[in-house]
Amino acid sequence: MEAMAEMGETAAPAATRRSLRSRLADSDMLVSFLSSPVTVLAGVITLLMFAAAVLSPWIAPTDPFNPATNFLADSLDPPRFTADGDPRFLLGTDDQGRDIWSAILYGLRVSLLIGGGGVALAGAIGITLGLIAGYAGGWTDAVIMRVADVQLTFPTILIALLLDGVAQALLKGSSHHETAFGVLILAIGLSFWVQYARTVRASTLVEKNRDYVQAARLIGLSPLRIVVRHILPNVMGPVLVIATINLALAIITEATLSFLGVGLPPTQPSLGTLIRIGQNFLFSGEWWIVAFPSLTLAILVLAVNLLGDWLRDALNPKLK
Amino acid sequence: MSEALLSVRDLRVEFATRRGKLVALDGVSFDIAPGEILGMVGESGAGKSLTGLSIINQLDPPGSVVAGEIRLNGARIDNLPPARMREIRGRRIGIIFQDPLTSLNPLLRIGDQLVETILAHSPLSPKQARERAIAWLAEVGIPAPDKRIDGYPHEFSGGMRQRVVIALALCAEPALVIADEPTTALDVSVQAQIIAVLKNITRRHGAAVLLITHDMGVIAETADRVAVMYAGRIVEIGAVADVVRRPLHPYARGLMAAIPTLETRAERLAQIPGAMPRLNAIPRGCAFSPRCDRVFARCLVERPPLLTIGHRKVACWLHLEAAEEGR
Amino acid sequence: MIAFILRRLLASIAVLIAVGLIAFAMFRFVGDPVDQMVGIETPEAERAQIREQLGLNRPVLIQAAIFLVHAARLDFGVSYQFKQPVIDLIRARMPATLELSFVASVLSLLVGVPMGVYTALRRNSALAKLFQALSLIGISLPTFLIGILLIYVFAVLLRWLPSFGRGDVVRLGPWWSTGLLTVSGLKSLVMPSITLALFQVTLIMRLVRAEMLEVLRTDYIKFARARGLSERAVHFHHALKNTLVPVITVVGLQLGSIVAFSIITETVFAWPGMGQLFLQSIQNADIPIMAAYLLFISVLFVLINLVVDLLYVAVDPRLRGALHGGHG
Repeated sequence: MEAMAEMGETAAPAATRRSLRSRLADSDMLVSFLSSPVTVLAGVITLLMFAAAVLSPWIAPTDPFNPATNFLADSLDPPRFTADGDPRFLLGTDDQGRDIWSAILYGLRVSLLIGGGGVALAGAIGITLGLIAGYAGGWTDAVIMRVADVQLTFPTILIALLLDGVAQALLKGSSHHETAFGVLILAIGLSFWVQYARTVRASTLVEKNRDYVQAARLIGLSPLRIVVRHILPNVMGPVLVIATINLALAIITEATLSFLGVGLPPTQPSLGTLIRIGQNFLFSGEWWIVAFPSLTLAILVLAVNLLGDWLRDALNPKLK
Repeated sequence: MSEALLSVRDLRVEFATRRGKLVALDGVSFDIAPGEILGMVGESGAGKSLTGLSIINQLDPPGSVVAGEIRLNGARIDNLPPARMREIRGRRIGIIFQDPLTSLNPLLRIGDQLVETILAHSPLSPKQARERAIAWLAEVGIPAPDKRIDGYPHEFSGGMRQRVVIALALCAEPALVIADEPTTALDVSVQAQIIAVLKNITRRHGAAVLLITHDMGVIAETADRVAVMYAGRIVEIGAVADVVRRPLHPYARGLMAAIPTLETRAERLAQIPGAMPRLNAIPRGCAFSPRCDRVFARCLVERPPLLTIGHRKVACWLHLEAAEEGR
Repeated sequence: MIAFILRRLLASIAVLIAVGLIAFAMFRFVGDPVDQMVGIETPEAERAQIREQLGLNRPVLIQAAIFLVHAARLDFGVSYQFKQPVIDLIRARMPATLELSFVASVLSLLVGVPMGVYTALRRNSALAKLFQALSLIGISLPTFLIGILLIYVFAVLLRWLPSFGRGDVVRLGPWWSTGLLTVSGLKSLVMPSITLALFQVTLIMRLVRAEMLEVLRTDYIKFARARGLSERAVHFHHALKNTLVPVITVVGLQLGSIVAFSIITETVFAWPGMGQLFLQSIQNADIPIMAAYLLFISVLFVLINLVVDLLYVAVDPRLRGALHGGHG
């Protein structure tokens, strides 16, 4: 993580000279994307998963969360392609009679929503605080960075766990199920903001001293205007790289929290929850309940990680 | 003329990039006699450092030697297997790099770095090697060498560090030392000292020097002969006194004119208009033709070879007659 | 030098106090301590009495101070779930977690560093590419998935290793129990420690590789080669040393996160450690345990950070010089 932040700090100045769009249009990046079959595969897979998640209500054969449509009589059925499989259930059913394939589609959707939402929140907080710290300097900067440093010494999973626990204790009154979604996005957002803040702050410090900012200040533009209109677009490059890599981490974090039982409940399961349920059936032979959600999660995270790796290499002028 | 210590013939170095091949050195040829100091001068990017690195086969990829012969005492060294080349490095050819701070491993004592080099090239015991190391430190002018041998690089000043580097380059007693911009990273006040140390030590141990620098003043004071490089080629090579007082190649003339001396009355330093061409835009014919004030038709079409005029060589069509007359 | 140590100590204490205050805030303001401790039918008068006894009516700052003092004395109150002193619960479970973390750390170093060096020196070999691919998978797979996979292969299919618990443990004095001295204990350690170590291994491997490649590009390595030193001397005398120095600090810091990640591993393998305790406390809103765990982890991290800082200074002579005021 440290290395990433440092790389962001030095990559930012060169990357700011041309907007993201113009660099994407440069054939170099497209060439490097297309030249690596692994990256292309990763991109395709990610796209497919995103599509599946978005379209899940329409392509899932059943709605696994509507108890009325659960096939209790057919619970613990093995997948279609095995010997005793039921042709209705592509990947089998779990102990509640829920179709695993549908559960995975919906779970994918939830995992991506929370992962994406968490990263977006973390980005929003991080970018804002980074801009403020970099532009204002002085005490504000010192305080924000101190908090960031202290938070950075703890692993994010721990912070997410803690935030999750505290939020749940605070919301003890209302039902866990309704608030789980928001709580998770909040926990992830508050755990991951630090990297964004540091990188953006470094870029802001560089941009702050440039002529165009001095000029804007002389004209009398308000700091807010200067920061949002002029500095912000220039710091988005490294932010994008961090976001992609963070997305994988956010998905893993949410899956872990759900697996541990403090994330999404079984009534609205994410992939992590499904794996948790499935682990109980490992020894009794119903391997499909844990296998397919695990495979989906693994492939998703792998694909996002590969994309993030490619993006980081493509946007880093030093590696040329 | 005695047999040359180092002989380079038609050295050609290319860089393989995504956009095609770039020729960084194009047919470089020269000799170095035992014990002589050959200066190699030219602007940044002319290919001086590349020449030095090619000799010891330490070019960074994507650069590579694609043609030419390099002979040390008559035997070819450009096509040796890595193990043999390693024996030559340090023991028969030493090299000094530009920045003494980054040349030394910050985590090792300089004594360790010296002793390790000495032990790698001679069958001494560690104790003897240490004594030899101390002797070397004394020779390069480090005060209290027996104490400072256990110091770390950051505890030395820039000039002291470069002296240590010189000691390191020479401690295995090579016959040739390649000094790649040895003073560029140092304070002006210290530069003269370091050059003096280098000159004295190499004289004392009978080592020849390939002194690579863009500082013509250093060459004028230190070297026996000088080779002027431009855009990956040697354009003039001869005794220092001759080349400085009566440069033949228009580029060399521009260089000498740009040296400020105590007699110069001019308000501004004379500049050669234009800039050296980039590697992917070297003009046809003579590389210097776009900037030359005496250019004529042949210059634009045909590249001039190194023409011999007495003890000098010049790559310029202006001197074709003189060369043919054997003047 | 002393000044440096003192400064770091003071900074560490400041951080601990800050965390302590956060723990206190959790303790006091998240949920009602009294409600947690008594039944629903308890009359209001009794509640008021308990409130007075616990000192909940005094000014907040005084409560905070008292909390911190108690914490320094390792008194964290009584668990809501188990009705036992928190410190006893933690003490009982500490050996399990620490032993697992230690074994995992050692394992990750023994495997990660050589792998990293190999992939740096033999960049294009098939084995290096394999390692690289494995490392990508190692970083992508969540820890719990790895644990489940191992359980499936080694416990369900092959039946070689147990899938839960610590096996038989041997008590060593009043404070410690170890599983390293029994066969079943060792067998139980295998999968959890591998699971915990895997993420670390990939991290260390990538770090060592990146650092080593960086070091191999430096001028002093070029100069070492130019002096004719053997490849072995260049790689292992010069490059390795310079590579390991920054690696030490990162690895040290990662030690702390191993303890944190043990929460997951302990859950997958039903390992009776502090992590499992903490997780239960989150599921049941048992604030005293949560607060105590938070403080323990903070102390651990702060300590590790301090030791790593000192280690860094001890190993890099440039920093020693800077602290002493520098020479010529």
